[in-house]
Order: sequence, then C-alpha cells, then structure tokens
Amino acid sequence: MTVLTFTLIMILGAFLAGFIGSLSGLGGGIIIIPLLTVVLGVDIHYAIGAALVSVIATSSGSAAAYVREGITNMRLGIFLEIATTIGAVCGALLSTIAPTSFIAVLFGMTLIFSAINSLRKKEEHIVLESSPLAKKLRLQGTYPSHDGEVISYGTKNVIGGFSMMGIAGMMSGLLGIGSGAFKVIAMDNIMKIPFKVSTTTSNFMMGVTAMASSVIYIQKGYIEPGICMPVVIGVLFGAMAGAKVLVKTNPKKLRIFFACLIFVLAVNMIYNGLNGKI
Amino acid sequence: MEKSNNMQQEKFGEKDFQNIIGNLLRYGVWISLAVAFIGGIVYLMGHSTDIENYSVFHENDRNIFEVIGDIYNGVVQGKGESLIFFGIILLFLTPVFRVLLSLFSFLLEKDYLYVVITLIVILIILISVSFGFSH
Repeated sequence: MTVLTFTLIMILGAFLAGFIGSLSGLGGGIIIIPLLTVVLGVDIHYAIGAALVSVIATSSGSAAAYVREGITNMRLGIFLEIATTIGAVCGALLSTIAPTSFIAVLFGMTLIFSAINSLRKKEEHIVLESSPLAKKLRLQGTYPSHDGEVISYGTKNVIGGFSMMGIAGMMSGLLGIGSGAFKVIAMDNIMKIPFKVSTTTSNFMMGVTAMASSVIYIQKGYIEPGICMPVVIGVLFGAMAGAKVLVKTNPKKLRIFFACLIFVLAVNMIYNGLNGKI
Repeated sequence: MEKSNNMQQEKFGEKDFQNIIGNLLRYGVWISLAVAFIGGIVYLMGHSTDIENYSVFHENDRNIFEVIGDIYNGVVQGKGESLIFFGIILLFLTPVFRVLLSLFSFLLEKDYLYVVITLIVILIILISVSFGFSH
C-alpha cells in the first residue's frame, strides 16, 4: 500500500473509531488498536503508540470543558495520578519485554471487559459521609447539576480506589489505552463518587497517565509519525462528531450494537494472538 | 469583590484556575494538532507514493533527548515527519503544563499537602524520563 492510500484509509478508520468510541463511551484508543492490527495488519507496537497519542488528544480536548464547568474533582484527580503514573511507567516497561501474543490476548480481554462494562446500568448514587482518610486528603467535593444546583458528595475507601487506579494505569501503559473503564470502577464502584464526577475526573487524569508512559514509548520507537498523524486527526474529529450525535439520540440501542461489534473484534484479536498472527 | 470574605476569595481563585487549565488543555490540543497536520501535508507531498512498511516493528533504543535533538534538526530542515513528531511532543507536553499549573495553583492557595502530592506526580514523570538512560 502506498503511504497516501494508507493515510486516507487511516483517517477514515480513525474517524469511525473516534465516533464509535464516543457513542459507546469506550474511548477511541481502545477501538483504533484492533482496527490497525486486525484490519490493516499494522504491528501492534505502532498501533499502541498511535492509540496513546489519540488518547491524549481526545481526553485533553474533552477534559477542557468539564474542568471549566467545575465538574472535575481536580484534587481527587491529582491524588490518584500518583497511582496511575506509577502503574503506567510499570506497564510501559512491561510492554517492551512482553511477547506480542500476550499483549494481543490481554488487549482482547480488556476490550471485552470494557464493552460489558459500558452496558452496565449507571445509577447516580451519592454518599454524604467521607471516610477519615478521604477527609484528611480533602477528596470530598461539589458539582453543579443540570439545573445549576450545587450537589455535595463524600468519598469512601481511598486505599481501595488508589490500588485499582494503579491497575488502571498499568493497563494504560501496557496497551496504550485510556483505561477509562478501570478508572470509573475505581472511583464509581469503590470510592462511591458520583458518576458524573468520576467520568470527567477519569478523563482529566488520562493525559498525565498517558504522558508517563509516552516517554518510554518514544524511546522505544512506538511512535511512528506516519501512523500517528492520520490516527489522531481522525479520532479527534470522530469523537467530536460522536458527541454531537450523542446529544440528539438515545445511545442505549447503539451501545448494545457497538458492544457486539467490539466483542467480535476482541475475539478476533485473542484468536490471532493465540495463533501468533499478531 | 469588596464584600468577599476569605473563603469566597479562595473560591474565586479556584474558579480562575479552572478557566486557565481548561483553556490550556483546549489550546494545547489545537496548536499541537495544527503543527502535526502541517507536518502531515509536508510529509505526504514528499512521500505519498512510497510503500509503507508498518507491519514490521523496528525497535529503537534512543533516549528522549536524542529523539528531541533529531526532531529539532528535522524541523529546521523542513522535514514533514519531524514536524508531525514535534506536534506530538507538544501534545504530550500539554498535560505536563497542566500539572505545573496545578502545582502553582496549590501553592497560591497555600495547600501544602497538595503541593507535595503534585510534586510526587512530577517526580514520577521525571523518573519515567530517566528510564531512557538505563536502557
């Protein structure tokens, strides 16, 4: 394939990945990797590098709005970044020595897990009382609701959430993904933070987490400009288009459709990984 | 603002930083993408008929400063690939600036606990940079 053909196909594919990623709530990075490896036959290391770059672009872009609206809990984000950056550095180092087939299989499993997780029913639950450690770290906060009302919330189980964040960071460094699903589990399920705050704070943290592993990626040659350029541009515009559609439609049915699609991609990746084809 | 007591002033400060950080993230992304896009066009003008070979991974082992030096030389020579890479580096720096801004914000608020927490995050990033030397 010539570079021009490849670039055009990539922009289109990345646009789709960003679009699906934003509609399904999974993020563009996690979809671009199977697209690059399974469909276009790109080496998984380049795919991981390009995915990481697009994760930084989309997460910083969307975090901007939430930070300004005051939904993001910056203290919580920065505190948990200790865990995600340590995890990310470990994950990135691990990715340089782990066999490709292992990465492919692990990625496929993460993909399935994230897809199932995206279908889970999300209920807004708010705890008012914080745990003693959370109080010490001042992790409780407030956020504006739809009608401008200020809602206060407390934070529980700091150590549990912190540990889960370490795992999230490691998956991010190992696979080049934002690992939003793991981050939301840490904040939503373990620390009992309201869903709106945990998703936006997770987004806020992705840039720094990805940055921690990016240095290792650059040094090892994962970042290939010829792949990254079309991928980042495509994913970003796809995500913006997805966000526009999301406002107008009920994503419930779309989510089920995309979860099935992602499941097929994931099984394909696991199969190829086990056969040594990736 | 005359009426505001201490607490409100603190809130105002935080709101201000939310705005600055929000803008930094937004413009950081757009500027770096614009650079990468220009680089992409330059690259395509010279290489559009080359045959890609992305199915084979060429592992590198260069430290980050060597890579940045190469990018600088490439940008000076007007190489498209280096310009794309430069855009990507700018994109990577956006969250770093965000962390530095938060550090500054916590210092202003005299929130020393969070000054220390932010410094730990910066330290971890520096350690990740220095891993380039040991490998």
